[in-house]
Amino acid sequence: MAALRQPARWRAWEIAAWVAIWATPLVFTQHAALINEIAILALFALSLDLILGYAGIVSLGHAAFFGLGAYGAGLFAKHVMPDPLVGLVVGTVLGAVLGALTSPMIVRGTDLTRLMVTMGVALVLYELANKFDGLTGGADGLQGVVMGPLLGQFEFDLSARVASFYSLTVLFLVFLLIRVVVHSPLGMSVQALRDNRLRLAAMGHSVNARLSVVYTVAAAIAGAAGALLAQTTGFASLDVFDFHRSADVMLALIIGGAGWLWGGLIGAIAFKVMHDLLSAMTPQYWTFWIGLFLVLLMLVGRERLFRPTRWFSKTP
Amino acid sequence: MLTLLFDGVAYGMLLFVLSLGLAVTMGLMNFINLAHGAFAMAGGYILVLLMQRQGWPFLAVLPVAFLLTAVFGALLESTIYRPMYAKPHLDQVLFSIGLTFMAVATVDYFMGSSPQNITLPEWLRVRFELGSGALSIGMGAYRLFIIAVCVVLALVLQAVLTRTRFGSRLRAAVDDPRVAAGLGIPVNRVFLLTFATGSGLAGLGGAIGADLFGLDPGFPLKYMVYFLIVCAVGGTSSIFGPLVAALVLGIADVMGKYYVPKLGAFIVYLLMIVILLWRPQGLFSRGGAK
Repeated sequence: MAALRQPARWRAWEIAAWVAIWATPLVFTQHAALINEIAILALFALSLDLILGYAGIVSLGHAAFFGLGAYGAGLFAKHVMPDPLVGLVVGTVLGAVLGALTSPMIVRGTDLTRLMVTMGVALVLYELANKFDGLTGGADGLQGVVMGPLLGQFEFDLSARVASFYSLTVLFLVFLLIRVVVHSPLGMSVQALRDNRLRLAAMGHSVNARLSVVYTVAAAIAGAAGALLAQTTGFASLDVFDFHRSADVMLALIIGGAGWLWGGLIGAIAFKVMHDLLSAMTPQYWTFWIGLFLVLLMLVGRERLFRPTRWFSKTP
Repeated sequence: MLTLLFDGVAYGMLLFVLSLGLAVTMGLMNFINLAHGAFAMAGGYILVLLMQRQGWPFLAVLPVAFLLTAVFGALLESTIYRPMYAKPHLDQVLFSIGLTFMAVATVDYFMGSSPQNITLPEWLRVRFELGSGALSIGMGAYRLFIIAVCVVLALVLQAVLTRTRFGSRLRAAVDDPRVAAGLGIPVNRVFLLTFATGSGLAGLGGAIGADLFGLDPGFPLKYMVYFLIVCAVGGTSSIFGPLVAALVLGIADVMGKYYVPKLGAFIVYLLMIVILLWRPQGLFSRGGAK
């Protein structure tokens, strides 16, 4: 039993890492906006990790939930009430509802079918957001989102300090939640399902029900990430549904490594820093280097790159 | 009405030729190649370079576009694509997205990011009007030419697939690569040739369709979805499935944009999701193969 509990235990470096993360907005005060962006991307990547790394579902349309959360939170703040926390709940619930609705679509079919269906859902939402421009502002984006102060006292400022702490808090809480989920019996069975679906079914577990639950949870978190983006930037545009957003988050997760909790966080930091450096060097053509990096990474093998000891071994 | 149908058929036939290489790659090696659109874009830019800048005749450019992209495809296949076949789907997806990003940035760098203007030769800009009233049909020579070329290509390909030795080897390899290899069929070489042909077809389609589809560096990303839809909906086990899927997609897209412009591509995506939910293996797959 102790051996089973082993992976769930907090290690010293994890606690140290969180202390360091919390300290960053205080140390790099001028980069608070970037830290906020990283925290949001990390949250988004964490949610993708849950379905890609843990449940093994390849999704190219995770932006659907992100975008819905962003527009939901933005519209809620504009038309109903400007309180950020209530808006965050709205975004999360919207993501969860869409996740629950679309989860029957991803439990069947091959990888290709799943890829197409997830991408299709994001594209349909993109088109809808584009066409209902009376509500969403269409191609101009949703403007005039004014957020109220956080908890009634902290105003969102231009230097994004409050925003970065807000996003980091949400990220931390979600991280704790997912930690519990993946080490729970549900999380364990989902990992078993990723490795051998047939065997899990033979053990008497409902594969589809488990996939649906995990997919819904991941969708809710992606919705929360979208809501954070809309709230902290006071803006939502069609870009939140775009294909490149789904690709970016997958890329970030792959850089950090899928299938463990820190993958999303490390990947988000690495991706954003890389993005910033590359686009500072070649503003227009940075996608070339990102592409080259991806191609090389895949040719070398994801596993090997991060474990130099395995560079010369035959088995990947 | 008939004019719209005609435009839709032209659009669909072009999509078919463009997607065919992708369908074969997916069916044969179970490889999800999101970079397929990049080959089509290469064909389009070859047309721009040779016809617009060098003044070559339109008809002379087409075979060159086919050959160049085919050679290019063969090179890529034998160097970097082949090691990816055994990898999981996720790796293949990321790998080909990476290639697509590189292609987009490279073309942007050399050719500029603005859409290219294609000036078609005189004889393709003619327009025929037939019939009257509800049955009137207006056909542009350009679209007629596209349909003619695509029909010929489809017939030739069908003949190659069903009548020749290479065709039967290819079909055997698609059905079960391991058994085919065991029977002495050089699966790797068959596949190299098929990949090259598929890339060449994409290049040819990209060159012919440059004016219909529009050409800018974002081309591979913009049409990737359409190619994937054709393959996913049509299934990858025959030439007939993608053909029907491409025609349905082309007609639905043209009609949808004309009658309900507010919804645009929405209809196409929704149709795809519904079809895939109904038949996850594609409309015309025999099922159970992989």
